[in-house]
Amino acid sequence: MVSVMTDARQRVIFDLKRQSVRELNQFLHGDLGGIQEVLVENPDGAHSLAVGLNAPVRVDIGGHAGYYAAGMNQSATVVVHGNAGPGVAENMMSGRVEVSGFASGGAGASAHGGLLIIRGDAGLRCGISLKGADIVVGGEVGSFSAFMAQAGRIVICGDAGDGLGDSLYEAVIYVRGTVRSLGADARVEPMSERDHNAVRELLFAAGLSHASSEFKRIASARSLYHWNADARQSY
Amino acid sequence: MCGIVGLLLKDASLRPRLGELMVPMLIGMTERGPDSSGMAVFAEAVAGDRRKLSLYCAQSGFDWRALQAAWVGRLGEAQFDINANHCIVTTSADLGRARKFIAAEYHDVHVLSAGRSIDLYKDVGLPAEVAERYGFTRLSGTHLVGHTRMATESAVTTENAHPYTAGEDWCLVHNGSLANPGSLRRKLEKLGERFESDCDTEGACRYLHWRLSSGESLEQAIEHAFSDFDGFFTFLMGTRDKLALVRDPFACKPAVVAETDEYVAIASEFRSLAHLPGVKHATVFEPKPAQVYAWSV
Repeated sequence: MVSVMTDARQRVIFDLKRQSVRELNQFLHGDLGGIQEVLVENPDGAHSLAVGLNAPVRVDIGGHAGYYAAGMNQSATVVVHGNAGPGVAENMMSGRVEVSGFASGGAGASAHGGLLIIRGDAGLRCGISLKGADIVVGGEVGSFSAFMAQAGRIVICGDAGDGLGDSLYEAVIYVRGTVRSLGADARVEPMSERDHNAVRELLFAAGLSHASSEFKRIASARSLYHWNADARQSY
Repeated sequence: MCGIVGLLLKDASLRPRLGELMVPMLIGMTERGPDSSGMAVFAEAVAGDRRKLSLYCAQSGFDWRALQAAWVGRLGEAQFDINANHCIVTTSADLGRARKFIAAEYHDVHVLSAGRSIDLYKDVGLPAEVAERYGFTRLSGTHLVGHTRMATESAVTTENAHPYTAGEDWCLVHNGSLANPGSLRRKLEKLGERFESDCDTEGACRYLHWRLSSGESLEQAIEHAFSDFDGFFTFLMGTRDKLALVRDPFACKPAVVAETDEYVAIASEFRSLAHLPGVKHATVFEPKPAQVYAWSV
């Protein structure tokens, strides 16, 4: 059993200067008995903070997180008050993960559900192999983002790097800034009313106020869905 | 996987504490590189035509004083500062002659670095053990480049540990792997470079040094490296008055920079920077792929 401290707001406090990440995660995986908020102090870039959660608890990480923060999240809200290392919210199933600073590579990789909000920039391969989650990036995304993304939506308020949406399946990307280059089979398509609504809904959820008309839609041309023997490895 | 750390102190009053600030950075990268570690420290240049050589001998109890006596007899005056398996020689002797003398008569002694500013230490073992063995906390200077190694492509030996050097006052550490170190090596050996290890990184270090000494800027040399190196890399490089950092265009290998008015600190991960004074108010950023970052003393 982990001994816990609470503050005036009945938040449970973990201080990672004194307690281990394993203690934190075991506590979060146990019976929370009505505890609704957990504050993690001095994270100092530790790996695997608040991973594998499966309860509607809110976890505030008071600083920078290392690799895989909030990975495999289900139902919980995890807020990183700082930057996140590689693989934040990877394979998230549901719930909400927010990063107030930048996120390193592979943010939201393979996430099936839930909402990932990155207020700063996201590194390379953001939303790679996305399987149904929504991602909102306040800044720019690095190269090879949304590679082979299968389902879900990505809203990028800044610019995108090279190879955006390479080999996309049915995920849809909305970009406000410029795209350095599109990946194979990704194309710009007209925004429908449904697309405008999707962008509005996701920006509202993230507390951002851009107009949906500033965004363009990028989706799969679906030309890679079937083998084309005449393509001669041209893509 | 490997860990990279670098620290450049802009605030001169911190320079006596260079080692003390750096050791937690190095130890913070233990999980990324528990096999071996090393550090290149740049301090005030030695005067006039004098040079420093960092020597290493794996034999415990090696008789450095006997080597000094032989050196003085053959090459003239030299100061030997002995630190366990390492020794820093300060001398006015011709470096080419000194290297030949050691290679011919002391097969077990390796020249790890040469120059007016650089001292270099590297050895096998956990970063904390290596730091303790050579008293890293007592080091002072303007900037340094450190590395923790998890060997992937060559054996765990001191020669294969980083940093690597070439020429004078130049060093490089590497996180990543190169797929064409053999062809790089053959190309450079034809040009007269002599290799001292089996590690892929040595090729990268000598390649960049060869381009720099043929008059290219760091940016030009790295631009060539993007096409000539097949593989993944984050490189941190040190010169007499600079630290430079570059990630390959795919940027699989991480790096994070924290900059304040007092220092620039670089590490593979933030957890190696968390202890630094004032880091909560530092500008923290992730270097972009294929972009050369350089900071001067």
